[in-house]
Amino acid sequence: MMELFSYGPLGWGDEILAGLWVTMRLALTTLPVGLLLGFAVAALSLSQIPALRAIGVGYTTLMRGLPEILTLFIVYNGLGLGLNRMMAWIAPDAGPIDFPPFAAGVIALALVFGAFAAEVLRGAFQAVPEGQILAGRAIGMSARKIFWRIKLPLLWRYALPGMGNLWLNLLKDTALVSVIALDDLMRATKVAVGVTKQPFTFYLVACLIYWLMCLLSELVLAQLERRANRGLRRA
Amino acid sequence: MAFFDTLAANLPKLLDGTVTTLALTGLGAAIAAAASPGLALLRANGPLPAQLALRAYISFVRGTPLLAQLFLVFYGSGQFRAELTALGLWGFFRDPFNCAVLVFAVNSCAYQTEILRGGIQAVAVGEIEAARAVGMSRPTILRRVVFPHAYRIAWPALGNEIILLMKASALASIVTVFDLMGRTRQIFSRSFEFSVYFQAAVLYLIITACFVYLWRFAERRMSRHMAAPGRA
Repeated sequence: MMELFSYGPLGWGDEILAGLWVTMRLALTTLPVGLLLGFAVAALSLSQIPALRAIGVGYTTLMRGLPEILTLFIVYNGLGLGLNRMMAWIAPDAGPIDFPPFAAGVIALALVFGAFAAEVLRGAFQAVPEGQILAGRAIGMSARKIFWRIKLPLLWRYALPGMGNLWLNLLKDTALVSVIALDDLMRATKVAVGVTKQPFTFYLVACLIYWLMCLLSELVLAQLERRANRGLRRA
Repeated sequence: MAFFDTLAANLPKLLDGTVTTLALTGLGAAIAAAASPGLALLRANGPLPAQLALRAYISFVRGTPLLAQLFLVFYGSGQFRAELTALGLWGFFRDPFNCAVLVFAVNSCAYQTEILRGGIQAVAVGEIEAARAVGMSRPTILRRVVFPHAYRIAWPALGNEIILLMKASALASIVTVFDLMGRTRQIFSRSFEFSVYFQAAVLYLIITACFVYLWRFAERRMSRHMAAPGRA
C-alpha cells in the first residue's frame, strides 16, 4: 500500500505531487487574472452609461449560466482553431499546433471566476456606506484617496467571504483542465490508475488531497476575515 | 450563417442530449430532496455523533471536485468488481448514467441539507412555541409549522443549488454519458463545427431561464398569503 505512493520509479508519490504543483500553479495564476477581470466587469456593471452596464450585466449572466466545462471547451477549441487559422495564414507549411492547455485553462477559469467575482465586488461596492465617502470628501480627500483609503479597505472586508467561496470553487474547478490534457493532480491520478489498476485507492487519495487544500484554505480565509474585521466592535 | 445552417442538422441530437441532461439533474435533485429534510433535522438538532458524521460528509462533498467524486464512483467501483458482482450491484455501477445520478444525488444532498438546515434554524421560535401552546405534537409541528417555513426561507437558495447541479451535470459527459454536453462534444469531434458549442450554450441558457421562471412561480404560490392585499 505505502509503496504505491512512495517516490521514485516504483511509487506514484512524485507524479501526484507534480500534478498537485500544476493544480496549485493553475489556481494561483488564475486568481489575479480573474480578479482583474472581476474588477473590470464590476466597474462596467456599476457604470452610469446604460450600454456599458448592459455589457457588464450580460457578461455575468451569460458566464454564470454556462457549465464551466462548456466554457473550457469553447476557449480551448476556439483558441486552438483560431491559432491554427492564423498559423496557416502566416506559415502555411507548418503543421497544426495545439493551443497550450495551461494558458487555455487559465483563460477559461479566469473568465468564469471573473463573472462570479464581478457580482461579489458589485455587491461589496454598493454596501460601502454613503456617509464614509461623504466624510472623506468633507475632510478634503481627493476621489483617488477616497478609493484607496476608504473604499478599497471596506471592499476587502465586505467581499472577503464571497471571494473565499469563489477561491474554493476555483480550486475545485481546476480539476476540469485534466480533460484538456493538462497534467494536473486529476490527470496524474488517472495515469497512476491506468498502470496500477487501483482506481478507488488513487481517486480517494486525490479527493483527500483536494479536501485538505480546501480545509487549509478555509483556515487561512477565516484568519484573513478576522484580520479584515479587527476594527469592528462585536455586537 | 453557419450557426443556423448547422442548428437544424444538430438539433435532434442536441435535444436528445437535453432530455438526458434534464433526467440527470431531475433524478439527482429529487433523490437529494427526498433525503435532505431528515438529514437537515439531524444536522440542526440530532445527537452529537450524527451531527459530526453529517458535518464530515458535507465538508468532504464541498471540499472535493465533483469530477473527482464522479471518477471515484464510476472508475473506483471497478476495484470492487468481484464484491459488487456478488452483491448483484455490478450491473448498476457499470452504467455511467447510474453512477452520475448517484454522485449528483449524494453531492446535491449535502448542499440541500446545509441550505435546509439554515431554513430550519431561521424559523421564528415564537411560531414553534405557539404551536406547542395549542397542543400540537412534535411531528405535527414539523409538518405544519417548521417545514413550511423552512422551505419558504430556503427556496431561493435551493433553486440556485439545482441550477448549479444542472450546470455540473455536464461533467457526466466525461464518463461517456450522452447528455447535452456529451452530444455537443460528439458532434464537434466528428465535424469540427465550432458553432455547435454556441448552440449548446443557448440550450443551457434556455434550460436555466425556464427553471428560474418556474421556480419563481412556485415561490409566489407558496407565499400567496403574504402578498400585499389587492395584488395577485
